[in-house]
Amino acid sequence: MKEQLQKDFDNTIKNLTLSQKDIEIKKFYLDNFINKGFPNRKEEDWKFSDLNQIIKKNIGEISFYSDYTSTNKVDTSAFVDGLEHNKIVFINGRIEKIDFDYEKKDQIEIIDQSETINKFNNNSSLSDLNGAFTNKSFKIVVKKGYQLTKPLIIYHTTNSKIWSKNINLRLNFELYENSSLRLIDLFKDTSEKNFINIFYNFDLKENSILKNFKVDKFENKNIKYSFNNIEQDKNSISETFILSSGSNFCKNEINCNLNGEYSSAFVNGIFSVNNNKLHEIRTIINHLTENTKSYQLIKSVLEDSSRAVYQGKIFVNPKAQKTDGYQLSKAILLNKDSEFNAKPELEIYADDVKCSHGSASGSLNEDSIFYLMSRGLNYQQSRELLINGFLLDVVEKITDPEVKNLIKNMIGIKE
Amino acid sequence: MDNRQKEIDNLKDYKYGFTTDIENTRAPKGLNEDVIKFISNIKKEPQWMLNFRLKAYERFKQLKEPDWQKPKYPKIDYQDLYYYSAPKSMKDKPKNLDDLDPKLLETYKKLGIPLQEQKRLNGIAVDAVFDSVSVATTFREELTKQGIIFCPISEAIQNHPELVKKYLGSVIPVTDHFFATLNSAVFTDGSFAYIPEGVRCPMELSTYFRINASNTGQFERTLIVADKGSYVSYLEGCTAPMRDENQLHAANVELVALDDAEIKYSTVQNWYPGDKDGKGGIYNFVTKRGLCKGKNSKISWTQVETGSAITWKYPSCILKGDNSVGEFYSIAITNNHQKADTGTKMIHLGKNTKSKIISKGISAGFSDMTYRGLVDISSKATNSNNYTQCDSLLMGNKCGAHTVPYIKNKNSESNIAHEATTSKISEEQLHYCQQRGLSAEEAVGLIVNGFCKEVLQQLPMEFAVEAQKLVGISLEGSVG
Repeated sequence: MKEQLQKDFDNTIKNLTLSQKDIEIKKFYLDNFINKGFPNRKEEDWKFSDLNQIIKKNIGEISFYSDYTSTNKVDTSAFVDGLEHNKIVFINGRIEKIDFDYEKKDQIEIIDQSETINKFNNNSSLSDLNGAFTNKSFKIVVKKGYQLTKPLIIYHTTNSKIWSKNINLRLNFELYENSSLRLIDLFKDTSEKNFINIFYNFDLKENSILKNFKVDKFENKNIKYSFNNIEQDKNSISETFILSSGSNFCKNEINCNLNGEYSSAFVNGIFSVNNNKLHEIRTIINHLTENTKSYQLIKSVLEDSSRAVYQGKIFVNPKAQKTDGYQLSKAILLNKDSEFNAKPELEIYADDVKCSHGSASGSLNEDSIFYLMSRGLNYQQSRELLINGFLLDVVEKITDPEVKNLIKNMIGIKE
Repeated sequence: MDNRQKEIDNLKDYKYGFTTDIENTRAPKGLNEDVIKFISNIKKEPQWMLNFRLKAYERFKQLKEPDWQKPKYPKIDYQDLYYYSAPKSMKDKPKNLDDLDPKLLETYKKLGIPLQEQKRLNGIAVDAVFDSVSVATTFREELTKQGIIFCPISEAIQNHPELVKKYLGSVIPVTDHFFATLNSAVFTDGSFAYIPEGVRCPMELSTYFRINASNTGQFERTLIVADKGSYVSYLEGCTAPMRDENQLHAANVELVALDDAEIKYSTVQNWYPGDKDGKGGIYNFVTKRGLCKGKNSKISWTQVETGSAITWKYPSCILKGDNSVGEFYSIAITNNHQKADTGTKMIHLGKNTKSKIISKGISAGFSDMTYRGLVDISSKATNSNNYTQCDSLLMGNKCGAHTVPYIKNKNSESNIAHEATTSKISEEQLHYCQQRGLSAEEAVGLIVNGFCKEVLQQLPMEFAVEAQKLVGISLEGSVG
C-alpha cells in the first residue's frame, strides 16, 4: 500500500497550488498515515469494527487519488423537495456548488482554506489520511447575532464514476456569538466500494446554537467514517442527530468539548440496519467546566445479520462540578444473527455530579405483540407499530419542527 | 524504649500490621525452570504436576505483561522475587494443633481466627494459609463423614490426583493470561474442596490468607468442585502485615459446578493498602473464574474489597450449562491513594442462563475506582437474561470513579439491561443524620452502609458483621 499512497499523494499535490510549507505539513500527515495504516481491532476504539479488515474485504485495492479537474453535473432532482434550503453539493468528493440563496450575504463568510492547512484536534490515522489527501477545505463563518433563516443541506453524492476510491472531506464551521445554524448532511450514493472519510470541526461561541442532522438513509455499498469535533463556549448548545442506515459500514464519531459554563450537548441516534451491515456510533463528551450538561439517546433496530455498536463516553474533569450527564442506549434484535455491542463509559473526577447511563438490548416484547394482535392487527402490523414507536422516541427529540417532519417523512414513520 | 515507641507508631495505622519472626525456607530468587522444579520437588509432586507447571512456564515466557488497566504501577521485576518460602518449622507437618509453632498460633489469635478454643463455637473449618504452606486443617473429620474433601491443594495432589488432574486448569487453562499463567507455573499452595454428589456442606468453608515473608509473591491456587446436586459456601478473608515494598499477589481461583450444584464464594479482602501517601501496599492481581458446567448450576461471587494498593480482578462466570445462573455482588472501597480496577465477566453459552451484577464502588481521598465488566450473550444462549447495576459514590473532588462496561448481545431472544449511576452523598442526608446526633464520620458510615446494603446482605453472617465494620474503618479520615 505504501507505494500506492506515495504515488497517489504526488498526483494529488501536483493539482494543488500549495506553498512549500503546506506541502511539508501534508507530507508529515502522509508519513504518519503510512506508519499507522488503517485502524484495526488492536486499537480500543476500533475493537468492535476492524476498519482495516473491512476495507480489505469490501474494497480490496484502494486508490487515494481522485481527479478533481473536471466538473460533474449537478443533478437537481436529488434535492430535497418541500423544504427551502441552502446547499453545498459534493459530488465524488468535489465541491460543485455552494449556495446560500436564502441568507444575507454579508452575514455568512465562506473562506477557502485549502491553502492554509490547519491542525486538527485529533491524531488518529484517519485524521492523518484526511489531512494528507483533502483537496479543498472550506471554512464557513456565521457572523455575530445572525441566525440562518433556512437550514443548510450538504449533499454528499457519489456516482458510478468512482470505484475503490478513498474520498476525504473537511469542513470548518465557526458560529459567532448568538448565531445559529441548522445543518443537514444527506448522503446519496450510487457508487460502490468507496471509502469516504469526513472531518468536521465546529467552533461554537457564546450563546450560539448548532443543530446537525446526519442522514445516511439510502442503500449503498460504501464505507463511511465521519468525525465531528465540537468546541463549545459559554451557553452554547449543540444538537446532533444521526440516522445510521444505508451504508455497508458507517461509523460516526462525535467529540464534544464543553469548554464554557452552561453549555450543553445532545446526541440522538438511530440505527436501523439490515443485511450484513455494521454500523457504529462513538461519542466522547468532555465536561471541562462547571454546570455543563449532556444527553445521549441511541436506539437500534437490527435485522438479518447486521451489527451495531455504540461506544459512548462521558468524561468529567475535576473542575466540572455540577455536571449533568446522561446516556441511554436501547436495541431491538429482530434476527438471531443480529448483534448489538455497547460500551457506555463513565470517567469521572468530580464529586458533585449527576451522571448515569443505561443500556438495554433484547427482542421485541411478545406480550405487546400479543396485545396488538388481540386488537385485530396482524403480526406484521403489530411489529411495525412497535418498531415505529420505538424509533419515534428519538425523532421526537429533534427540536426543529421543519427538520423533524422532513426526517419523519424520510424514514416513513407515521404518527 | 524509643525503638519500641516507633514500632508501635508504625503499627497504629493498620490494625493487622505485624509480622511473625519465623525462619523461612526459600527457593532461590528468580524465575526459571530450576525454581519450578525446586517447588515441585519440595512438594513431592508427581510428574504430571511438574509437566503442568513447565507447560505453563513455557507459555508464560511468550506472554507480555498487560498494560490496558487503569491503575498503572511500577514495573515488576519477575526475576527479583522469591517464588517459594515456607515457615521452617513446617517441614514436618504437625500431627495436631499442639505441635504448631506457638508464634504462628499467636499470629492467628491476633487475627481472631478460631483455630483453638473457638473452633467449635464458630463452627467454621479453617484451612489457614501462612505464607505458602497450609498449617493445619480443622474440622476435617466432620467433613470427611459427609465425604467432603477440604484440604490444602498440595495434599489433594498427593491423595486425590484423579480429581485434581480432571479439574485443575479446566476453568483457567495454563494458556490463559499473563498472571494466571504465572500462577499455574509457580503456585505453592491453596485450598481444595470437593463436595460429593447430593451433599449440602454443613458449614461455611473458610480460609484466611496471610502474606508474611517479605519479597515473596503469593501464588495461591484454589480449586472447588461441587458435584451434582451439592451446595457449598466458601469464605475467603485476608489481612496482611505491613510492608514498605509493594508485594505481588497473583492467585488463581477455579470453581466448577456440575448439574444442579451451587457454589457461593465470598471474599473480604483487607490487605495492606499502603500508607497515607500511597507508599507500599499489596498488588492484588487475582484471577477468579467459575464454570457452571452442568445444568441448573449456580455460582455466586460476593466480594468486599477494601484493601490492597492496587486491586485488579474480575471474578467471572462461564454459564455453560443450560439454565445456569451467575451472580456477582461487589463492594469496592478505595481511600487515600488506593486504586481498584474490578468487575466481572458473565459469559452466557447455555440456554436460559441468567446473570446478575450488582457493583457498588466508593472512592475517597486521592483514589481511583474503575468498574470494568463484560456481559457476553452468545448466539446459542437463547432466552438468557442479564441485569447489571453499578453505582459509584464519590467523596471529595480529588478521587475518580469510572465505569467501563462491555455489553455484547448476539442473541435476539435474550435481554440485557444495564444501569449505572455516579453521585455523591447528599448534603440533606448528612444534615439529617447529624441533626439526630451522629458525628459527620458516623453519618457517612451509616449512609455508605445503606448504599452497600444490597451486597452486604449476600454475605454469610460471620462475614457480614466484619464487613460492615470494615466499610466504616476504610473510610476513616475521608470526611471533614
